[in-house]
Amino acid sequence: MSEHVINLTDDTFDEQIGAASGAVIVDFWAEWCGPCKMIAPILDEIAAEHAGITVAKLNIDENLDVTRRFDVMSIPTLIVFKDGQAVKRLVGAKPKGALVQELAEYL
Amino acid sequence: MTEHREVLIIGSGPAGLTAAVYTARAQLSPLVLEGEPSSTSDQPGGQLMLTTDVENFPGFPMGITGPELMGQMREQALRFGADLITAKATRVDLSSRPFKVYVGTDEPTYEADSLIVATGARSLMLGVPGEERLLGFGLSTCATCDGFFFRGHEIAVVGGGDSALEEAMFLTRFASKVHLLVRRDQLRASKIMQERTFANEKIEVHWNTGVTEVIGETKVERLAIVDTVTGEPGILEVTGIFVAIGHVPNTSLFEGQLDLHDNGYIVVGEGARTSVEGVFACGDVQDHVYRQAITSAGSGCMAAIDAERWLEEQGL
Repeated sequence: MSEHVINLTDDTFDEQIGAASGAVIVDFWAEWCGPCKMIAPILDEIAAEHAGITVAKLNIDENLDVTRRFDVMSIPTLIVFKDGQAVKRLVGAKPKGALVQELAEYL
Repeated sequence: MTEHREVLIIGSGPAGLTAAVYTARAQLSPLVLEGEPSSTSDQPGGQLMLTTDVENFPGFPMGITGPELMGQMREQALRFGADLITAKATRVDLSSRPFKVYVGTDEPTYEADSLIVATGARSLMLGVPGEERLLGFGLSTCATCDGFFFRGHEIAVVGGGDSALEEAMFLTRFASKVHLLVRRDQLRASKIMQERTFANEKIEVHWNTGVTEVIGETKVERLAIVDTVTGEPGILEVTGIFVAIGHVPNTSLFEGQLDLHDNGYIVVGEGARTSVEGVFACGDVQDHVYRQAITSAGSGCMAAIDAERWLEEQGL
């Protein structure tokens, strides 16, 4: 995981999402999910290339409360938060170009 | 700038990567367009990336997971100098040699003296109302990714082949009950998988059952089903559905350029030769009969050897 990406847990989620100034992209992932592994380096790159946004990861195995609260039923799921509110949701792995396009308004 | 290659391989399942190992060892410095990330089988590594245990690939007596097997094949291709590019071919022009391959550009990205097509096959979807909308919300194309979310749920698996039964078995680790919905009154799957399925108390097989709609407001709540013999409609209360009803070959790039069978698979003859000289095909894109990791790898080897000999004959 790159230095640009933060780790969230059930305990820190609300505080860190609330404190963020710009948009936060939260990557719901797990160790056993192949497509999650494929998009991880892409998210690292997006984080490094766009200083305005925060990329955060939430391990669903270890953080079931937040996972359930947002009804995540498929991984990878990316949820974009702005001012503490979930404003966009992307399900499934996608190539970098497609991800950047979908996230363009928040980058 | 168009890059020139002796061998270009499209696809990175067992066929594409085996072809890469062989052509790399033959000093042909192959380039592999391995595909792009996705949550379907249309991704680097192909269909095996969505499977769990592979028990019938020789050399792994204790089995190996699909992603691990593909990771090792990839490593082996890299070790001999194959170049793997994480991109999809968007267009090919086979009308003259060298062949032209485009990756989302107006100018050809690559030209290749020989082309090995290993684009594989993809899962069929049901094509019923609600399916697309609820994808990722109880409807899944990846049991290994999403099974976890159905701990304690009653769910359905649609299909009667080996992959459907494999998914059903895997999902019993999580689900309280798995309904296997089979369109006919028998299974296509192998004997060993059938026996395991019938012996599993968590799996209930529904014969002659089709799905007509996936129902739910924001996530899957139930399925509308139909008896395929009597036509009688019904409702099945499940909160998850996994679809494994068969495959179609990924041949859209080659339509009108390579001879295809009526069912869409690429026609090959004399080994891995296609209707265009210098273009070879291997793996599931040309095989609707065996469709195994090992046959796919074997045909990848054939394509590589055929390409190597053909290049030699041409003096290329």
